[in-house]
Amino acid sequence: MSTITLPKDRATFHLPEEPHHPEGHSTMLGFWIYLMSDCLMFAVLFAVFAVLGNNFAAGPGPKDLFELELIALNTAMLLFSSITYGFAMLAMVKNNSRQVLIWLGVTGLFGLAFLGIELYEFHHLIHIGATPQRSAFLSAFFTLVGTHGLHVTFGIIWLVTLMVQVHKRGLTAANQRRLGCLSLFWHFLDVIWIGVFTFVYLMGMI
Amino acid sequence: MASHSHNDAHHDGHSHGSMKSYVIGFVLSVILTAIPFWLVMTGGLESRGWTVAVVVGMAVVQIIVHMIFFLHMTSSAEEGWTMTALIFTIIVVVIMLAGSIWVMYHMNTNMMPGHDMDLMSVPQ
Repeated sequence: MSTITLPKDRATFHLPEEPHHPEGHSTMLGFWIYLMSDCLMFAVLFAVFAVLGNNFAAGPGPKDLFELELIALNTAMLLFSSITYGFAMLAMVKNNSRQVLIWLGVTGLFGLAFLGIELYEFHHLIHIGATPQRSAFLSAFFTLVGTHGLHVTFGIIWLVTLMVQVHKRGLTAANQRRLGCLSLFWHFLDVIWIGVFTFVYLMGMI
Repeated sequence: MASHSHNDAHHDGHSHGSMKSYVIGFVLSVILTAIPFWLVMTGGLESRGWTVAVVVGMAVVQIIVHMIFFLHMTSSAEEGWTMTALIFTIIVVVIMLAGSIWVMYHMNTNMMPGHDMDLMSVPQ
């Protein structure tokens, strides 16, 4: 009677000593790739606006609706919030959690000011009848600017969450990583806003 | 714990910048925002085309300023993979934007109801 004996040296499917990756070593790259996909989404919305931006359906156009003073103020809010977030990151490098919290708070307030002004603008537009249903131009406008505003909203929620985390646990390695990701997200939103105020507001008024 | 934080703190290859780089980026951004707003609010240049060109040019420069001074993009971050992803994204975005605008612009002009009338109104 013959029996099949398994070879002693069975194939190994994993290295006995797996290379050690510190936790979160690829988070920043992964988050960057997420931002790039977000960038593609915004690019599609910009393309929609470029194509539909002149279809007013005999309704109001940019020159009837937009107030550049308000947009300039809004842009300033976002720009200020960008540099104050930068200061928070510098405080993080110096391991000063109190300063980090203060600068994050200031950033959040600028973000809220931006959102407040944007909501005021939207409310004003809808109040005078320039709703998303009015024309293809307004649909594209509300979709593009609204999506950006939604991103800022979630950025602020994330920011408050991180403030609680830093307050409770301090500047641990994980929290530093998270702050780094939000930094990318926040500055990325400012970059998108450059496209919005240039192509939607300024180009519409020229 | 000490060795842990030593391992994790700044291995990610993303620099967090310095006070100088943030301030330079901020000042440049303010200038590059103020000029186009001022230009458009005061009525723009004589030729509309030039106004558009200046406004778009400033935006492109400002985006690059943000990339360098706020997002700290360098070709060496994450062994070059962030730059590779960025360049790939830019290529896709340019193809998509240029293609959409080009195709839809021609569709619009060719499908215009007034298209034939324009031809008819030309003096024979």
